[in-house]
Amino acid sequence: MRTPSGNKVYGMGAEYPSASALYEAAKRVRDAGFKRWDVHSPFPIHGMDEAMGLGKSWLSAAVLGGGITGLLTAAVLTFGPSWIIYPPTVPAFFPIMFELTVLFSAFTAFFAMLLMNGLPRWYHPIFNWQRFSRATNDGFFLVIEARDPRFTELEARELLEQSGGQHVTIIHED
Amino acid sequence: MDGASTVPDVIEAEASASAEKRLTRIPLVLNKRNYSWITERISGVIEANAPRWWWVAFAITSMVAMFGLFCLGYQISTGVGTWGLNHPVGWAWDITNFVFWIGIGHAGTLISAILFLLRQKWRTSINRAAEAMTLFAVICAAIFPGVHVGRVWMAWFLAPLPNNYGIWPNFRSPLLWDVFAVSTYFSVSVLFWYTGLVPDLATLRDRSTTKIKKFLYGIFALGWRGSNRNWRHYEMAYLLLAGLSTPLVLSVHSVVSFDFATSIIPTWHTTIFPPYFVAGAIFGGFAMVLTLLIPARAIYKLHDIITPQHVDKMAKIILLTGSIVGYAYAMEFFVAWYSGNQYEKFAFYNRIFGPYWWYWWVGMLFCNTVAPQLFWFKKFRFNIYVVYFVCMCVNAGMWFERFIIIVGGLHRDFLPSSWGMFYPTWVDIWTFIGTFGIFTSLFLLFIRYLPMIAMSEVKIVLPEANPHYSPDGHHSVAAGGKERT
Repeated sequence: MRTPSGNKVYGMGAEYPSASALYEAAKRVRDAGFKRWDVHSPFPIHGMDEAMGLGKSWLSAAVLGGGITGLLTAAVLTFGPSWIIYPPTVPAFFPIMFELTVLFSAFTAFFAMLLMNGLPRWYHPIFNWQRFSRATNDGFFLVIEARDPRFTELEARELLEQSGGQHVTIIHED
Repeated sequence: MDGASTVPDVIEAEASASAEKRLTRIPLVLNKRNYSWITERISGVIEANAPRWWWVAFAITSMVAMFGLFCLGYQISTGVGTWGLNHPVGWAWDITNFVFWIGIGHAGTLISAILFLLRQKWRTSINRAAEAMTLFAVICAAIFPGVHVGRVWMAWFLAPLPNNYGIWPNFRSPLLWDVFAVSTYFSVSVLFWYTGLVPDLATLRDRSTTKIKKFLYGIFALGWRGSNRNWRHYEMAYLLLAGLSTPLVLSVHSVVSFDFATSIIPTWHTTIFPPYFVAGAIFGGFAMVLTLLIPARAIYKLHDIITPQHVDKMAKIILLTGSIVGYAYAMEFFVAWYSGNQYEKFAFYNRIFGPYWWYWWVGMLFCNTVAPQLFWFKKFRFNIYVVYFVCMCVNAGMWFERFIIIVGGLHRDFLPSSWGMFYPTWVDIWTFIGTFGIFTSLFLLFIRYLPMIAMSEVKIVLPEANPHYSPDGHHSVAAGGKERT
């Protein structure tokens, strides 16, 4: 999708006056059946995941995997060579097993979070929108992407305006 | 420092609250500040030019830090003999300083992790600075055992690296557990701190006026856009890091205490050490948090974010942990008497009346046990000068405590022929002072270049951050309430 001036369209965005307005708008966009859209806020809004129709983050599963890897690594390090050299005393190995479980889990939590969020990503079309710099200060934004199968300029604009969105804007891809 | 002058405001707020039928909580951010005020005030600290006091303070602390590093260089190039260690006192200021610094770090993790899991929303005003304090304290702590190994260039023996010397670490040794515990603690603390910083770095990026600032903050903000699809995974990562840090912080000082408890030295060989050390660490750490934040909030006028309520709550934690520590001291004496062990009994008699008697009377008894008891009284918890005085007592007292445990345990060996004393050298003294220089220099750099208060987290505790908030005030639960629905 392109604008008359030839710019490729990333999507359509609107600004909302408050967290509660954004929360209500998200529920309407969800119910309208859109799939490729997102809200942007300076802080996580409680209950927004349900309002957007998102389930629980599965990051915890990745971290469980990381923790098990850490535990097994520690088991190999301690039981492996130390078992041969000295007589085995299992409780003495617990601290290392605990520490490496925590260490591996924490690294997994951090890097899995980045991976699942597609970060670092230093360029994004949304930064083309001048007003968007307030998203990290006091602005609340909702953006519907043009690649959403339901996206038409008319319908998206109507939905954003009816849900109380202000400064409804078409965001360019480049 | 007008913390004291705000007491009437709080009392007034409470009086008007009780006048209403429904009890309301004291807001966590005073004067109904909004989101952009928080952004402006906290980013403004970084965006303004460095004030003159900052340059003066940084010049002094960095010179002290440099001299500390010189002492370390001298010690490494000459040998451990430049420290006053000798038979029978083989551990003295170095290990005292290590335990002192690592203990200070614990308050930061308690605030960032344990209070997060307990849904203590007041933590948001102080967690960033406290976590930074943790990192800097752990850096200072790691220096001491690091150089105490003597041949620093062989410190890699501590790592389980397969090598052609056939050297493999002994995983049964508490000293090796310490290596793993402290390095894990530092790594996890860095990850937790940086995860929390990302949204705030994005704020600084979006406010940057120069290209170079935008580039640098932009790099570290990782392209954060405040997207809820990102917040979803971010919040889970934050929760899990808090959940992982909670047992970790309790384990670190427990492992530190194992260094002593697994030996046979009287006063060291006791089972009370892990909880006693952990309580002491949190106790000393909160005192250091207040030591840093009370001047910082006065200088940068952050009284609406770090309110008297915050100081009050931290004072209560100091009272609680200080009382646990006081109880542990008393229990040590009781067990020494009850055990009937003559070495144990002598060691504790020697603690009060021996050559280091005044360390106990001043440090352990007055600074750690008596001084925090002032916090039973609300009047003192709301008097910023009293709070600061007690914190200073605790800072000093916790150093004395570790000295008494370590040197007090060693200087009277089992045989009187092996008795001795410890005398610090100038290298001992200046290495310790140098770590204060390193600590304060790093903290000054931190408040200069990074947001010292977690903006994105403080915004959550504002009433209007609740998605069910309505301006007439009849939404379900006020800010600071147990749970937002």
